[in-house]
Amino acid sequence: MSVLIFVDQTEGHIKKASFEALTYGAKVADQLGTTAEALVLGTVNDDLAALGKYGVKKVHQVANETLNHVDTQLYAKVIAEAVTASGANVVVFSHNQTGKAVSARVAARLKAGIVAGASSLPDTSNGFVVRKPVFSGKAYANVSINSPIKVISLNPNSYKTVAGEGTAEVVALNVAVDASKIKITAVNKVVGEVPLTEADIVVSGGRGLKGPENWGVLLDLAKELHAATACSRPVGDAHWRPHHEHVGQTGVQVAPNLYIALGISGAIQHLAGVNRSKVIVVINKDPEAPFFKAADYGIVGDLFEVVPKLTEEIRKMKASA
Amino acid sequence: MKILVCVSKSPDTTSKIAFTDGNTKFDEAGVQWIINPYDEWYALVRAIELKEKDPATVIHLVTVGLPDCDPIIRKALALGGDEAIRVNTDSSDSYYIAAQIAEVAKKGAYDLIFTGKETIDYNGSSIGGMVAELVDAPYVSLATLFELNGTTASITREIEGGEEVCEVSLPVVVSCQKGISEQRIPNMRGIMAARTKPLQVVEPASIETLTSIVNYELPPAKAGVKLVSPDNVAELVRLLHEEAKAI
Repeated sequence: MSVLIFVDQTEGHIKKASFEALTYGAKVADQLGTTAEALVLGTVNDDLAALGKYGVKKVHQVANETLNHVDTQLYAKVIAEAVTASGANVVVFSHNQTGKAVSARVAARLKAGIVAGASSLPDTSNGFVVRKPVFSGKAYANVSINSPIKVISLNPNSYKTVAGEGTAEVVALNVAVDASKIKITAVNKVVGEVPLTEADIVVSGGRGLKGPENWGVLLDLAKELHAATACSRPVGDAHWRPHHEHVGQTGVQVAPNLYIALGISGAIQHLAGVNRSKVIVVINKDPEAPFFKAADYGIVGDLFEVVPKLTEEIRKMKASA
Repeated sequence: MKILVCVSKSPDTTSKIAFTDGNTKFDEAGVQWIINPYDEWYALVRAIELKEKDPATVIHLVTVGLPDCDPIIRKALALGGDEAIRVNTDSSDSYYIAAQIAEVAKKGAYDLIFTGKETIDYNGSSIGGMVAELVDAPYVSLATLFELNGTTASITREIEGGEEVCEVSLPVVVSCQKGISEQRIPNMRGIMAARTKPLQVVEPASIETLTSIVNYELPPAKAGVKLVSPDNVAELVRLLHEEAKAI
């Protein structure tokens, strides 16, 4: 018995969401009275022994360069073998772009029940029950996993990373890796921006900004907060901002610690993409904007006056801190 | 070219979410059912566009659900599917659903299987990956562009902080999202034609369910918004720093 945590990497570096998954997985192992082990696929530059500080005792690595790109077909096979080799009965993923695809395949391959997008530790008092948001964050379901092997993919930003002391033993895992059937022809990373789904803070703009030429106030605020930028659907549809920034029911769903909405009315479809955010701030000149009902803090006012002041006040606060 | 598009019934986004039977069942009273938007706007419409380019293409729809799914299947057929298959069962377990779809997929020998990136009710994003595993095909998730060149697909997919472009030989399973196509409205000719398109009902294969929903909970109500005067922005910064500890 053990808990195996899949550690997601990109370009040799471990992703932030993986630290949450490691902390979470170690806690699950504690609950079950067993040990937590990590699995890294591909070659990495980061110090894997240091993953011990999140509570894992052992890190298995399949250092095969084919695995530096995610091919879920190859990943599922390798991970399933690692699960067997480590005798794991709980497998933890982060529910990010990679984890969503890979965890599903692994679950099917192992015939293991999955809670995809978990937001809590399992309740093991009566079976193995994990909570997850459903209906786009409008409710939660408590889901019981009834199979011997259990797969959990943890929603990013729903479990706090805790780093303590400790060093993990790094073990090379020899698994045959097939050739990938997927040929990557280009990778286009948005340089210099915080990835939206990994961001602690998101600053988002709507039609209230009146046009793409006015985005400067939003970008200044985002820069000051090291925040990712997002937008509402009409803004994406009008090509004021790139499509990948569209947050909402049919766009990206985010769950940052802080979501700041500028000039967004808060249609129910937009709220479905942001209502798992911990703190929501709404700045809108219309006091009747429905977004205020979903917000924690709000300012009714002209965003073109309020936002530069807000950026300035944050700068002051940081300077005095 | 044979395409299988997986469609799911889901409550309209604006539906009131409530539960009955001691919070164990979704309250369907007054709920407007729609085709899951990702399945409809992206997976299905992209398949239709491919058929418009190559009229020899055949589009089959598959859904796992009870007879109350038939209206949404007819709507999907009105948009442009050729035939539909409904597996006559219902479950909240993603493995059970995916395995039923995989049974249909294996029988039909499809070149392409399209799903939406997730459903808006259970939000699992699991079906595509599971079906791909069960039919042993490559899987490209979160696709924002999809082009066919003979039997090779060129697909752009979302990755963290950007996108990746890849090429893969068919068959392949693809989960579709915004960017791949645009929403369409069925026209009257489509609606009329949909009435006579085949809708085959098949009984489920014997598959285990691996998970079950114990109960549902509604999130605690928000305490209400704290409004700050636009003349006192410093106060908002103080609240965010000291009270919410968000900055």
